[in-house]
Amino acid sequence: MSYSTTVRGQRFSFADLREVFAKANEDKSGDRLAGLAATSEQERVAAKLVLADISLSDIVANPLIEPAQDEVSRLILETHDQQAFRPLAHLTVGEFREYVLDEDQDGARLGALHWAIIPEVAAAVSKLMSNKDLIVAASKIRNITRCRNTMGQPGVLGIRVQPNHPADDLGGILLSAIDGLLFGCGDAVIGVNPATESVETVSQILHGLQRLIEAYDIPTQSCCLAHISTQLDSLERGAPVDLLFQSLAGTEAANASFGINLDILREGRERVLEHHRSREVAWVGEEVMYFETGQGSALSANAHHGVDQLTLEARTYGVARAFAPFLVNTVVGFIGPEYLYDERQIVRAGLEDHFMGKLLGLPMGCDVCYTNHAQADQNSADNLLLLLTAAGCNYFMGVPCADDVMLSYQSTSFHDALGARQLFGLQPAPEFLAWLEQMDIFRNGNLAASESFARQRLEETVKLIA
Amino acid sequence: MVKTPATPDSHDPLSTIRTRTPARIFTGRSGSAYRTQTQLGLRSDHASARDAVQTDIDWEQGLGPDFLQTWDIFAVSSQARSKAEYLMRPDLGRRLDEYAQAEIASRCAVDTDLQVVIGDGLSVAAVVRQVPALLPLLHAGADKRGWRFGRPFAVRYCRVGVLNDIGELLAPTVLVLLIGERPGLMTAESLSAYMAYRPRSGHTDAERNLISNIHTRGVAVEEAADRILRLAELMRRAQLSGVAVKEEFGALAQNALPLLADE
Repeated sequence: MSYSTTVRGQRFSFADLREVFAKANEDKSGDRLAGLAATSEQERVAAKLVLADISLSDIVANPLIEPAQDEVSRLILETHDQQAFRPLAHLTVGEFREYVLDEDQDGARLGALHWAIIPEVAAAVSKLMSNKDLIVAASKIRNITRCRNTMGQPGVLGIRVQPNHPADDLGGILLSAIDGLLFGCGDAVIGVNPATESVETVSQILHGLQRLIEAYDIPTQSCCLAHISTQLDSLERGAPVDLLFQSLAGTEAANASFGINLDILREGRERVLEHHRSREVAWVGEEVMYFETGQGSALSANAHHGVDQLTLEARTYGVARAFAPFLVNTVVGFIGPEYLYDERQIVRAGLEDHFMGKLLGLPMGCDVCYTNHAQADQNSADNLLLLLTAAGCNYFMGVPCADDVMLSYQSTSFHDALGARQLFGLQPAPEFLAWLEQMDIFRNGNLAASESFARQRLEETVKLIA
Repeated sequence: MVKTPATPDSHDPLSTIRTRTPARIFTGRSGSAYRTQTQLGLRSDHASARDAVQTDIDWEQGLGPDFLQTWDIFAVSSQARSKAEYLMRPDLGRRLDEYAQAEIASRCAVDTDLQVVIGDGLSVAAVVRQVPALLPLLHAGADKRGWRFGRPFAVRYCRVGVLNDIGELLAPTVLVLLIGERPGLMTAESLSAYMAYRPRSGHTDAERNLISNIHTRGVAVEEAADRILRLAELMRRAQLSGVAVKEEFGALAQNALPLLADE
């Protein structure tokens, strides 16, 4: 098959599908670093034009990474719903863009297509969409998940409280957590990134968070975002695991650099499901995994197989969805300017990731963030936060004043959560909202204007636990 | 505007807990926004962090001639040629240039038990601040264990992946890279120790261990040295490093998590 076109008298030819995919991307420093990016705006648009005319069935029939070499490619083929795909197969990528954006394609219809769409198709259509297209299309799709509460319903914006501490001090962690709870945050999860990767540290964080949750019967999940093996060792030694966390990438080799493979994820999920059945908790569902992702991770591990970072991110979602996660978020500005150079690239990647995740059926959230060596600042984070709220993002991070004192990067804050919810008329998860009202933290669906007794009560608990 | 107590009661145990976290908690609010003092404080700290990333500090000057002489430290470079290139080309920061390879090969012993390397990473300030206290402790600990301690050296424009090139050249049993972390708003003086058992080309993060947040409000240098040495012992025993090797804490260090009485 030939991949070529003429733009204003200039002929552009692309060697293969991989090259068309890579060069059709909006500009990203990571694609340049990989030597895959379009070398001119003319070439970029030529690649988009070529991509627009390729049929979805051609994309499915020509895997960008050989299934024989890569278990992620095999998983994508095995999980593809070919029957549901049949009515779409003849569409070109350009036609599929219009199909997704058509007002007849409401959330229910797009939702029925999740398993008909393979990650490479989701990536392809994203490459032809504007930022507004990505927002409009994503906003139609609600992917609802359940664990100790229900996330993702229309009108709900969840927040993960991220109370990290540079020395894993439990008291400090819990104080940051209650600061978040008092802003109505923490419905998605109270999730700590440990500074130290040891079973003792992870166990104590998990026990500490669980005691806070149990003391007030808070309808939320806890999580300690260590390596999956450390969490499972902690579970074996008696620590309570609500959500099992793992960072994911879009190729077998990149996942190997994280010390994981599909079998490890499968076995981990089984063990946590079994563990949940043994605990006396009023579970409302069986979604027990929490995944984090981000464009650039495969290249960073030199495991990208000549495929662009947007497409590899879509493939990461192909991995994630096979394990029925409760939460998935892209950590969009975390990786640094080598992969996403500035605010413009971070915003674009955030919108792409969110849309692709939603189209593929994931309960997509976003860590809207940046590091101090990227060309971005808190205004950049404000912008992406509001764009993604408009797009119906499931949840964001809540870090005290957006400053993560352990990971040394800036995310979004409890204040940001309050602002986004108020601007768009959104609420915490329903079970959690009921709890906030019961605690007098919220009154009539809004954060109580005056200081409530909740603060004193929660602080007493921190003293007892820490 | 919602007021929060400005100064917590000093008799309150919560105040003690609060002093243990550098997180910006209980800052009050103005509607859904920060109070002005918080807002400008964040801007100010971001400005410092941005400047810290861009500044090319002379670390030889920072570490001082006495320290460099005592430890006989020499400096080499990765394949990155400038700070700007270093930031945008992680592949170059992971490889030693030819001169570096020759220098290291001629000046350092092979097959040592513990080889320490210093890398600037994203913060020379972290190196200048933490390494002078940390290196002597690592040397003393290696001595105590009867380990052969390799001659330390420094790598400019250094990324973590440089562990593989150094491993290929010197074949140490355990290699420790002390490297400056990216500056945050709270501190620009945070150091990481990346460790690997017999690193060689093709190794990834899955074969590495990390002790991060080495700074005054995180992991103190004494504790960091102790943890690095104990992790090196674990690696030697297991004859591997990475996700299969986890730090163990029989007795927790003083600023780690308090044990829960009834768990």
